Amino acid sequence: MMTSRFILAFLPELVLLAGALGLFAITVSDAGPRRARTAALGLALATIVAAVFALGAQADLFSGAYRVDAFSQWLKLVFATGFAGIVLLSGDLPDIRNEIKSEYYLFVTLSVTGLVMLVSCVDVIALIVALELSSFPLYLLVPMRRERPGQRGQLESAIKYIMFGVAANGVMFFGLSYLFGLTGTLHLPEMIIRLQPFVHSPLAIAGLGLAFCGLYYKLAVFPFHFWTPDVYQGASNETAGLIASLPKVGAVAVLVRFVSLATPDNPTIVGVLTGLAIASMCYGNLIALVQKDFKRLLGFSSIAHAGYALMGFVALSQAGFTAALYYITGYLLMILACFVVICRVSRDGTNVAIAELAGLHRRSPLLAATLLVGVFALAGIPPFVGFMAKFSLLNAALARGNLALVIVAVVNSAIAIYYYLQVVRQAVFGESNAAAAEPITLTWPTCVLCVALIVGIVALGVMPGTVIDSISNSLAGVTAGPATALLGR
Amino acid sequence: MTPPATSEGQPLLSVLIFAPLLVAAVAALLRSERLLRWWALAGTTTVALLSLRLWTGFHAGTADFQFVEHAAWIPWLKINYAVGIDGISLLLILLTTLIAPLCVLASWTYIQTRVKEFMICLLVMETAMIGVFCALDSILFFVFWESMLIPMTLLIGVWGGPRRIYASLKFFIYTMSGSIFLLVALIALRLQAGTFHIPDLMGRPYDPVFQCWIFAAFFISFAIKVPMFPFHTWLPAAHVEAPTAGSVLLASILLKMGTYGFLRFCLPITPHATRVFAPYILWLSVAAILYGAFAALAQSDLKKLVAYSSVGHMGFATFGIFALNARGLEGATLVMINHGITTGALFIAVGIIYERLHTRDLAAAAGIGKYMPVFSFFLGVFCLSSLAFPGTNSFIGEFLVLSGGFAVSKVLVACAVPGVIAAAAYNLRMLQRVAWGGTQNPGHAGLTDLNVREILALAPLLVFVFWIGLHPAPFVNAMHASVQHLLQQVGNLP
Repeated sequence: MMTSRFILAFLPELVLLAGALGLFAITVSDAGPRRARTAALGLALATIVAAVFALGAQADLFSGAYRVDAFSQWLKLVFATGFAGIVLLSGDLPDIRNEIKSEYYLFVTLSVTGLVMLVSCVDVIALIVALELSSFPLYLLVPMRRERPGQRGQLESAIKYIMFGVAANGVMFFGLSYLFGLTGTLHLPEMIIRLQPFVHSPLAIAGLGLAFCGLYYKLAVFPFHFWTPDVYQGASNETAGLIASLPKVGAVAVLVRFVSLATPDNPTIVGVLTGLAIASMCYGNLIALVQKDFKRLLGFSSIAHAGYALMGFVALSQAGFTAALYYITGYLLMILACFVVICRVSRDGTNVAIAELAGLHRRSPLLAATLLVGVFALAGIPPFVGFMAKFSLLNAALARGNLALVIVAVVNSAIAIYYYLQVVRQAVFGESNAAAAEPITLTWPTCVLCVALIVGIVALGVMPGTVIDSISNSLAGVTAGPATALLGR
Repeated sequence: MTPPATSEGQPLLSVLIFAPLLVAAVAALLRSERLLRWWALAGTTTVALLSLRLWTGFHAGTADFQFVEHAAWIPWLKINYAVGIDGISLLLILLTTLIAPLCVLASWTYIQTRVKEFMICLLVMETAMIGVFCALDSILFFVFWESMLIPMTLLIGVWGGPRRIYASLKFFIYTMSGSIFLLVALIALRLQAGTFHIPDLMGRPYDPVFQCWIFAAFFISFAIKVPMFPFHTWLPAAHVEAPTAGSVLLASILLKMGTYGFLRFCLPITPHATRVFAPYILWLSVAAILYGAFAALAQSDLKKLVAYSSVGHMGFATFGIFALNARGLEGATLVMINHGITTGALFIAVGIIYERLHTRDLAAAAGIGKYMPVFSFFLGVFCLSSLAFPGTNSFIGEFLVLSGGFAVSKVLVACAVPGVIAAAAYNLRMLQRVAWGGTQNPGHAGLTDLNVREILALAPLLVFVFWIGLHPAPFVNAMHASVQHLLQQVGNLP
């Protein structure tokens, strides 16, 4: 009886770990990359099924270090769906050398496994292990891009990525050591309670502030953003699509757990978060204005979007966290929509300049429509999810009287429209030169992915009721923790 | 607050809002262009006929919202799906459903590429436009308001003229930056009043300074949409480059969104700020009337001429609104409807010329009246209507507006009068050139007169020119109670 409950609660992770082992077997055998791709796709679908089955599970596993609750299970479903999207988006990996394509799928799977475990970890050590498990495969994916004459940016990007990553994680661990020193526990729910008496002490604030750094890095918040545009540009299109999407959801989820440490009210932390949010928005949007490379543009825009997402944390309220999670879930769909277009428009896996999108509406109407929906959603235009999500963020921030932040966010949305429109202008209104005008034929998995993304972006924007409710309800278990626990004592 | 639905519990407004979307969804599956055109025409005509049930079921005696529907949409954010209409929105919805099939007719042969996408954009536009006039929840309003942005930008940018990309991006950036202010104002109101429901936002004792800020945010957004002088610079570009149907939609419906916004948000929600700012806005309106008229007088491009005349006409609408008295408001609403009818018809007429001559140059079009007598008849009527000739629709509207303005300031009305004279001048100049411009253009000899489709596109508008011109009572009665209520809310009822 106990084991069956355990298996159900741990089912998505088990499926992923078994799948990773299977993929490992494929990489050492001489089966081709096609087999690995099919296996990865099958694994992604199996993970979705497993995550759906495990959706209602509640359990504390591994001596309380691993909590399976509505919050984690809901996010696991998001990760599983995103995983399937990434595998579909990758196609046959045109820019990865043939002999390491199987390994590519293995690393993607391992990274997703890390993310799936990340959202359940309530013990700091387990959390760090999961965080590293999700990060290290990504460090390896970046330099796997094929070398071409005159283009060896992938190595530079990889080094930048890993150096920044390791440094940011080091800072994070340092901050966590302060928190451990103050509370004497590594168990997060326990830490929340024990931290309450000192939460306004400089040591606690320093600890919290430093502990957030590792997550800022994943989320690409200013000033931890320096890797973003270079890695987006240097990594292959498929890798950049992965780096730009799923880890951000994980970072927001973990940030929700950590920021709960600073609830209900902590002016210093709020001040820091506000400053970072404003800096990220302004920096990302202003630099994005002058970009010529589409991936670089998305890189800078992701910095701005990280700033928007931080707005939800500034409120330090459940409404704010819900808005941030809703936002980042929508962002996952929007950014995947942009990257699927990049991957398909790209010739032979090269980077895509914005000018190369010209005439996309003739070359492939479906891709043009996907790009249109994705980009307008990123710009925050209704009826797409970008609008409703940004609206709920503004609402949460205004509810806490943070007018200055809202005004900055609004001005930034207006600035962002300009560069998003440049993309639309090329793709939908522009005419291509004759040389690049041959139509793009899409395989049916790509078509399925495009249609699913469009439907998802519209549906999440028009009928977000159930999604928001499930986020909000699942958060009740995470954020209401300190207050109720304190009352209980 | 809101009375029970008067429509025997049928969700008539929702049907009207979403029927075009359904038509668009089916259109996406059709292959033949011919079939697509007929399908779009049938769909929009059905919606127009359905909307007549609003007219028959509407109780003119009350200012309450009617045909109300209410359902929870996103409970977490307290956003509801709430729709309902009063006398003012009733007329604007009927105008929208009337214009939509005419747009399909006007683009029958004009649009030859990507017919399917064009019709889908048109139908999505119709959904959003009806939605804007029905919405009683401010976020629902905003969603519909912004949903118009993408299809309209596509209409201009894909099927437009040579400078279409410049025009469409300018349109997009202008309107979007305006509506961001609108969004912040709506959220700020929600935090003050605790609701997004528009009728519940009205008549609350907000702090006067807060009102002024909200009013300013509303004003920027709506003034861009109207467009009021000096926010008008996107309009000529967008009008000139847009295809005929795009120009018609822009002129007839989209510009009305701005003035409708003034009536639905500014006056009843921020009455104090309205009274504070009204004198200045009156001056801006007079500036628009004069500027639009004299700029139109100088144009040699027919579409630009009609576009600048729109700036002037919408100046009359804002003038009437901010005169803040019954005649002014009723006149302004009539001007909105009339401008939709007359300017829409003029854009269709210019489109007809363009399809035959492939130019919109006034000199090149001179003298086509000799070969196109039926066209000249229609053009003549609409030009007279545009210059507010007695017996046509615009006369009633502008007369009411000016008499409403007279009660506020004689100086202002005196300043606006040159605009009226210039309107006569540019309309007659256009009519004289096009219809009786002599025979200096020998290439016109082969021109064919209007065919049945083109007559069908213009005739319904002609009917309304004379109907409103000679017997405006039904239209004024429909909005009378709503206007009185509005005056009560703004605190200016004698």
